[in-house]
Amino acid sequence: MNILKFFTAGSVDDGKSTLIGRLLYDTNSILADQLEALQNANRKNDDGTIDLAILTDGLRAEREQGITIDVAYKYFQTEKRKFIIADTPGHIQYTRNMVTGASTADLAIILIDARNGVVEQTIRHTYLVSLLGIKEVVVAINKMDMVGYSETVFNAIVTKYKALALQLNLKQVTYLPVSALKGDNIVHRSGQMAWYDGKSLIELLEKVNTEEQQQGPARMPVQWVIRPQTDDLHDYRGYAGRILSGSFKVNDKVVVLPSGNRSTISKIEFFDNELQEALAGQSVTIHLKDNVDLSRGDTIVNASAVPHESKLIEADLCWMDTRPLGTELTYLIQHNSTLTRCKISELIYKVDINTLEKHNASSFALNDIGRVVLKTAAALAFDLYGDSRQNGSAILIDSRTNLTVGALMFRAAVE
Amino acid sequence: MSRYNLDYLDELEAEAIHILREVAGQFEKPALLFSGGKDSITLVRLAEKAFRPGKFPFPLVHIDTGHNFIETIQYRDEMVARIGEKLIVGSVQQSIDEGKVVEQTGKNASRNALQTVTLLDTIQAYGFDACIGGARRDEEKARAKERIFSVRDEFGQWDPKRQRPELWNIYNGKIHKGENVRVFPISNWTELDVWNYIRRENIALPSIYFAHQRDCVVRNGQLMGATPFLNMDEEDVVVSKKVRFRTVGDMTCTAAVESEAIHIDDIIAEISHSKVSERGARMDDKVSEAAMEDRKKGGYF
Repeated sequence: MNILKFFTAGSVDDGKSTLIGRLLYDTNSILADQLEALQNANRKNDDGTIDLAILTDGLRAEREQGITIDVAYKYFQTEKRKFIIADTPGHIQYTRNMVTGASTADLAIILIDARNGVVEQTIRHTYLVSLLGIKEVVVAINKMDMVGYSETVFNAIVTKYKALALQLNLKQVTYLPVSALKGDNIVHRSGQMAWYDGKSLIELLEKVNTEEQQQGPARMPVQWVIRPQTDDLHDYRGYAGRILSGSFKVNDKVVVLPSGNRSTISKIEFFDNELQEALAGQSVTIHLKDNVDLSRGDTIVNASAVPHESKLIEADLCWMDTRPLGTELTYLIQHNSTLTRCKISELIYKVDINTLEKHNASSFALNDIGRVVLKTAAALAFDLYGDSRQNGSAILIDSRTNLTVGALMFRAAVE
Repeated sequence: MSRYNLDYLDELEAEAIHILREVAGQFEKPALLFSGGKDSITLVRLAEKAFRPGKFPFPLVHIDTGHNFIETIQYRDEMVARIGEKLIVGSVQQSIDEGKVVEQTGKNASRNALQTVTLLDTIQAYGFDACIGGARRDEEKARAKERIFSVRDEFGQWDPKRQRPELWNIYNGKIHKGENVRVFPISNWTELDVWNYIRRENIALPSIYFAHQRDCVVRNGQLMGATPFLNMDEEDVVVSKKVRFRTVGDMTCTAAVESEAIHIDDIIAEISHSKVSERGARMDDKVSEAAMEDRKKGGYF
């Protein structure tokens, strides 16, 4: 059994809370105290059934108190899979929270109100999904009960969305007519839409393939060097890290960046096991044949497929701080285990994320997204975000406040 | 993180090891908060996987209320001897003796709330800049929103309004002097995941997690161990029950559950089922209660 991480893009008005509530409820994932709250609540649906949206009411209370609406993580499982939901707010003022929730998701559920079809918010959410490189998209066309479970309405929305998906280069899109309120096609297939012969939402989520980048180039940033320095382990030097992509085998030729030193893998360890091969996602300890200079912040890569190395990088930037971006300021940039300084040397354009139009930019304010060029103090060894979400991403830190102020997705090395 | 369809326990484990190594790499003086409970015992195993054959780059810190189960302290001392790591004990009794906190009085007196002062004093005394803890997001609503690297101000306070965005698997551990970071490597684990991992790894636990005969009193509908630390009066009737503890903390605030689970398989079965049966039972209770409440609101007597 493996884990699928997904996030939901939509607002309370589209029935997002009800959809999540329905998924949890119909998979028997609701704990006693939550169920008790549901049963006791005064708020009920018009037909007297329990209001599943209450399950995510933490967020509503936040809104009432006027505090930042934040990502909440929820956990449930079925016989086939474990799921982590990043429950993110859908309104434009919380774009950074959605970017945060989307950054680790394997799949996105885009919620569309069948009565309204593709609206400005749909464009914005779909843009963020494409920006963050989420390959699997489920378009859940909700509130089908309010449009008489009409196939015509469903098809019209699908046609419209397909144009958007094409424009944003999303390839794996599945369309699903649902009613979160009534439970149609969420966990149980609907009896109301004989014209739809596809899967229910949970069946889709159970089946979708999360194997990513098995063939990607081997990369492991070194987090920590294990040196026991005891009498019996006097010469032991193990490089500890998590493999970002690809795989390493014993005897593989590798390069250490940024030094460019070459060596060969002599041993791969995981606790008290020796491995012949270590795969993307695993946290291991690698030993090299040669005694090369290597410390935290260095990256071990496959010698025949090296990443970009550059101090000038073109990237998409999502600005996440209430203070605007300052092009004259120096920020810290954290890329895997590497921490260095950088400046945003050029603002190429800003995207109006409601219309996808590009505009000239003189500054970036909270939630602004666009293309920039950054100049780093030390060269970074990176892959493009489209090829590797892990090795193609970084965060900006404001050293005055230590806050995370920007999310970067690398798009090109500038020659 | 791209991944080769790792089994879920392997993936959770790899993520937790990555987080522990980030703590080692980013901080000067980290510590691992060890309570003797199953979650912190799991953290110790994960730390072994992250740093062996080297030493842990942090000591274990136990905030001892002085009212711990004897089995927990015994387990702690045996474990520390076995793994050969440093243990620092912050003593609530000492905080009381020094007049920093005042012992609660009355029937439900507990040292649970007093621990915070001792913890913050210990953090300050040793200058810890990161404290690793075993909290999980599935435990509670506020926790569901907390970051894996969660910044605390000088007074140890969490400010949910000022949380840093936490993207991809990049953890920002930058702090100002006086602040510290609480780090939760098993944020994404559920209670059942922890038990399944303990079973898979064959990790020994304090015996109180398993069913045993114990003298108990019923307080507020819960079974409390009849210990010298529990303030009792003539109303308290001591009964012998077969029980186990689902969580392990201070003896005066940790309730037991009746159980026959003597093996870890029994516990996993109990948790998997109890969720359903417990819910079922409570549902029955509460449905009628809610129905009554609604009827009353509707004008019923």
